[in-house]
Amino acid sequence: MQGLIDRITSLPEWYFELGRIDVTFAILMLAGVIATIMSWKGRPGMLVGAAYVVVAVVLAYFMSFQAAVGLGMIASIAALLVPNIHPEHGTISWFNDPRARGLIAQIILFLLVTFGIYAMVTNTIVNLERQNIASGFGFLNQTAGFGINQTLIPYTEESTYGQTFIVGLLNTILVAIVGIFLATILGFIVGVARLSKNWVINKIAYWYIEVMRNVPLLLHIFVWYFAVLRAVPDKRDKWSLFDTFHLNIYGIWAPEPLPGPMFWMTVVAFLAAIVIAFILAKLAKARQMRTGETFPSFWVGLAIIIILPLAAFFATGSPLDFEHPKFVAEGPIFKRGFEFQSGLQVIPEFIALLLALSIYTAAYIAEIVRAGILAVSHGQTEAANALGLRSGPTLRLVVIPQALRVIIPPLTNQYLNLTKNSSLAVAIAYPDLVAVFAGTTLNQTGQAVEIIVITMLVYLGLSLVTSAIMNWYNSRIALVER
Amino acid sequence: MKVLSRVALGALVAAGFATSASAATLDDIKKKGHVQCGVSQGLPGFSNTDDSGKWTGIDVDLCRAVAAAVFGDATKVKFTPLSAKERFTALQSGEVDILSRNTTWTMGRDTALGLNFAGVNYYDGQGFMVPKKLNVKSALELGGASVCTNTGTTTELNVADYFRSNNMKYEVVAFEKADEVVAAYDAGRCDVYTTDRSGLAAQRLKLSKADDHVVLPEIISKEPLGPVVRQGDDQWFNIVKWTHFAMVNAEEMGVSKANHAEMMKSANPGIKRLLGTEGDFGSKLGLGNDWASSVISQVGNYGEVYEANVGPNTPLKLARGSNALWTKGGLQYAPPVR
Ligand SMILES: N[C@@H](CCC(=O)N[C@@H](CS)C(=O)NCC(=O)O)C(=O)O
Repeated sequence: MQGLIDRITSLPEWYFELGRIDVTFAILMLAGVIATIMSWKGRPGMLVGAAYVVVAVVLAYFMSFQAAVGLGMIASIAALLVPNIHPEHGTISWFNDPRARGLIAQIILFLLVTFGIYAMVTNTIVNLERQNIASGFGFLNQTAGFGINQTLIPYTEESTYGQTFIVGLLNTILVAIVGIFLATILGFIVGVARLSKNWVINKIAYWYIEVMRNVPLLLHIFVWYFAVLRAVPDKRDKWSLFDTFHLNIYGIWAPEPLPGPMFWMTVVAFLAAIVIAFILAKLAKARQMRTGETFPSFWVGLAIIIILPLAAFFATGSPLDFEHPKFVAEGPIFKRGFEFQSGLQVIPEFIALLLALSIYTAAYIAEIVRAGILAVSHGQTEAANALGLRSGPTLRLVVIPQALRVIIPPLTNQYLNLTKNSSLAVAIAYPDLVAVFAGTTLNQTGQAVEIIVITMLVYLGLSLVTSAIMNWYNSRIALVER
Repeated sequence: MKVLSRVALGALVAAGFATSASAATLDDIKKKGHVQCGVSQGLPGFSNTDDSGKWTGIDVDLCRAVAAAVFGDATKVKFTPLSAKERFTALQSGEVDILSRNTTWTMGRDTALGLNFAGVNYYDGQGFMVPKKLNVKSALELGGASVCTNTGTTTELNVADYFRSNNMKYEVVAFEKADEVVAAYDAGRCDVYTTDRSGLAAQRLKLSKADDHVVLPEIISKEPLGPVVRQGDDQWFNIVKWTHFAMVNAEEMGVSKANHAEMMKSANPGIKRLLGTEGDFGSKLGLGNDWASSVISQVGNYGEVYEANVGPNTPLKLARGSNALWTKGGLQYAPPVR
């Protein structure tokens, strides 16, 4: 990470030398031209042209930007004019070749886009400089100086803005992942309940969906936050469950697990158990394909996943301690209540945001699940029954796989929405990326352009990762066409 | 995804092309016919809308005074409510011409943001408010407290410094909007509410039982609050700076909204220069010679504005203290009109 920050920090001077930007542009252009050309197979003339372009730009590197563009252009056109041999039609002139014309259009478009980006970047830099606004990424190494009330990595006021970024990012990811998990479970339950023949269950699900998705999310967040705050005991009091889990206005307090030095064995055993269960399932399936004999691979796998880590855990002497939150009942008024940094504190801002996000998103997921199940025609069930499948396997092997195909794409959408909606956190002081980085850090440093760009890239990245995972899953369960 | 990338592009375009920090803010303002003034989202006494939706407060009056100086008409001003977080970006991007929003003058803001502070219209310091029932006498007893405050403020940094240097544990809960800070403090999420002491006096009025809360005696920071403009336009900077000075000078010379008509006939050379019956100081600002005269006849002098908005007879009940004139032992001091 440090290396990355260093590298980013060294950008400003690099950028302020406008000459270097020109070179950057030229190289970008070159890369584009070459990429376009390379993607076009079977045209020897174009390879010659590409060579021209390379030579032109390498020459231009030692001259000026204008020369680079000029030579690059001439080289591209010259490349096109080189008589070329079409695999089927022999020699044809380039302007009668639709592929050549398409290529020219692409090159022109690429040049325009590159120039647009180039103009914006330089213009921004020049404007910031003219307005005397600090720029660059050096601020990432400066001391932040403010406190944050939920940090998944060690963080103090002496940490840097780079670290506030990580703190915010992890907080966003945390609420998004747990939120997606809860919303999916709740959404599936409500979606199935919505199809129930039981009138009461059906109507409850119906009203849940109608009410939840018609109330704006921000209102959900406020209602949960202030409802939670008003309902629970104050700081110097608590509700306890088994004297282990506690709740008050400062959140949920629970024992914090402190893994001992040998705890990694348990983790390894757990991972190994998953792999074993997976292989077992594969083998069992192959055997079933071959011989028709079934094997309860799910239950056996589950047993392995539970028993193996437990065995490792006890064999290494139970290397896990718990630190209980310390509750102070006497003494100075502000020291009473749970002591900060003792045990595990789940702040009420997180709880409220999580509840609001999952309950709201679950309403949409429920509709998606309902649509998915309804999309599988009843004939499929009848056909499965006719083949002698019982209702369990019918559901598991026939209905659900087909329903999932309809459910996954819109479900991905909801996951993306939930992640992006988590940025409403700032309204109730949950320290997510937008609150601590695009909020506090932006304001304290004043470097809006850099910070907004970074923040947008992060959300883009999170969305792309989510989509990639879901698309992978989707293609795995997709209908295999033969 | 497509939408996201489009938004990204839009932001870049905005950053790249939409810099309206042209040198001649005054010309632009004259062309559009009003001053665009950035204020808070509602801080009684400083910038707040009354029941009829009219903006009132000491920060608001400063903007009115600038409009009076420019147009001879204090009503030619429009207000943009801004959160602490948004304010500097709004000024930098040209969304507002002047930021008058209880904003602390700090070195960082003055030098790194491309902005200039044009004066101090309220000398303040940061304080703490706690529920009376906790029976706390000093801020040094606050170890272990959780503290509610606004994001994007000097407050957030001062409180960290204070607790750290006094070796006290704390938890900070930082909201974007002041109303949510009030609501969370009121609900008991925090033991302590911290911000500028003037802000505490104002926000206290929004609590369900204002009298159940006290402001502790400690002042943990210097918070000189004042109007801000963009760097690079000295004329506009001068206009805002001297509008404030004119109001302070007027108080010092005893010129007020009430006696303005009489004072126009005054033989005192200092008053004559201020009100423009002698000399041509207005033209050096690019304004009419009656610029300060309009400010005082339409808005009033500094003391009048103070008393009407935050003084002892208002709900905020703030004594003049550091904001008294230098002749009365305070810090308000203006260079002479000469
Ligand atoms: N003077 C400090 C704090 C200014 C500030 O934003 N204070 C809050 C709390 S008093 C406020 O004005 N809230 C009113 C609002 O957000 O509209 C600064 O410049 O950073």
